[in-house]
Amino acid sequence: MLLPALVAALFLLLPLAGLLVRAPWTDLPQLLSEPEVFQALRLSLVCATAATGLSLFFGIPLAWILARSRRPGISVLRALVTLPLVLPPVVGGVALLVALGRRGLVGRYLDEWFGYSLPFTTTAVILAETFVAMPFLVITVEGALRTANQGLEEAAATLGSKPFATFRRITLPLIAPSLVAGSVLTWARALGEFGATITFAGNFPGTTQTMPLKIYLLIQNDPDAGIALSLVMLLVSVAALALLRDRWLSSGARL
Amino acid sequence: MHRNTFGAVVGLAAATLPLTACGGSSSSGTSGEITVFAAASLTGSFTTLGKAFEDENPGTKVTFSFGPSSGLAEQISQGAPADVFASAATKNMDQVVEAGNASEPVTFANNTMEIAVPTDNPAGVDSLDDLTNKDVKVVLCAEDVPCGVSAREVFKNAGITVTPVSNEVDVKSTLSKITLGEADAGLVYVTDVKAAGDKVSGIEIPAADNATTTYPIATLKDSKNADLAKAFVNYVLSDKGAAELATAGFSKP
Repeated sequence: MLLPALVAALFLLLPLAGLLVRAPWTDLPQLLSEPEVFQALRLSLVCATAATGLSLFFGIPLAWILARSRRPGISVLRALVTLPLVLPPVVGGVALLVALGRRGLVGRYLDEWFGYSLPFTTTAVILAETFVAMPFLVITVEGALRTANQGLEEAAATLGSKPFATFRRITLPLIAPSLVAGSVLTWARALGEFGATITFAGNFPGTTQTMPLKIYLLIQNDPDAGIALSLVMLLVSVAALALLRDRWLSSGARL
Repeated sequence: MHRNTFGAVVGLAAATLPLTACGGSSSSGTSGEITVFAAASLTGSFTTLGKAFEDENPGTKVTFSFGPSSGLAEQISQGAPADVFASAATKNMDQVVEAGNASEPVTFANNTMEIAVPTDNPAGVDSLDDLTNKDVKVVLCAEDVPCGVSAREVFKNAGITVTPVSNEVDVKSTLSKITLGEADAGLVYVTDVKAAGDKVSGIEIPAADNATTTYPIATLKDSKNADLAKAFVNYVLSDKGAAELATAGFSKP
């Protein structure tokens, strides 16, 4: 047991160690002060946060329905909405393009009626990230809802609490740790999104160029800068995980 | 389950055995196997050339690895087992030569840029100047890749400033944004417009403004089958090779 576990841990940590060793530490401050890099980092953080917000707003109700509905077909729906978890992100990007692109299923009407096209916009980045990341929130919250004590909700209902009040005052606090864990996972996944973003939203500094895209292009011409920015992404992700863990996750859920 | 996997592995090994044996037995003359590293833009024409070469030289096998020239050059310097390198940029070939891995590169083709638009040309683009219009959604290759460098060279020659909506990672993804109709126009290689068939229309760029990319080819020092590698390079340089490349839209150097 111990040896394979050790190999697994080493395998997961080795690439990170590689980044730490190879990173041109002295060039880091200068790289970060470059406007394009700062822009990409800021865009990444803004878009990942927006995608997490969207996922919470729409994903919690979806998780609720999936956990509580007894209607036939609900298990098929569950399988379908979690599809982006296993779908190659670039396929997700293609799917978004043919659905919401200027010539897409729905997108063509956006273009015809409002003269608006989604690809190459920051909104497209947020949508691409939401598409690949929301399932993480949905399955985490759904799992929590299934195991939450429904007796408490029923008791509240018999005492005259309205459904939304019950949800807000009983259910939400019950699943809070999973909600936080799900949000962090969603945020982290959105932050690292590459395939769907580059396929659906394109790549332009300040508008659609997030850190992963910037890194991908840098690696071709200036590997050192690419490695340095990879390190920045690593630090941002680690900081997010550590911060949330200390602040919100006390005894209940652990990431 | 385990038994099946095992069977499959043995089957696979047995299937590849004759190939290996063949490659090993005759390492001189025009027989055996070679691996050709070639720029992604050569995919179509080199695949056809490789098949024709195999047909004309029974007992030979040409395997291709297509990719961005910069990536292939890097792989060669890391010791990838390749016999021939065909690059889409002199710069990447020079790197390989300087590292002592290739000898005497020969330029075998030229490529130029063209404006590609969706067949229905929704923005009504018909010249370089139209690309400066803010309402025209232009996609270009990023400046980090050769087709992006060439695109900027064209704009510089024409004395215009174009702000794209996206800097795509390579020429194929630039083309696909146009093929799908998401972008109104883009700059790609003439050969890419040709390869896309009737999915895009090409608009010629005046020769004075155009940027030319040259394609060098060379045999590699570490080749295990230098004669065959040389034979393949000669085949690419032959009239037949030139004809096939011309069909794809490449021009003679």
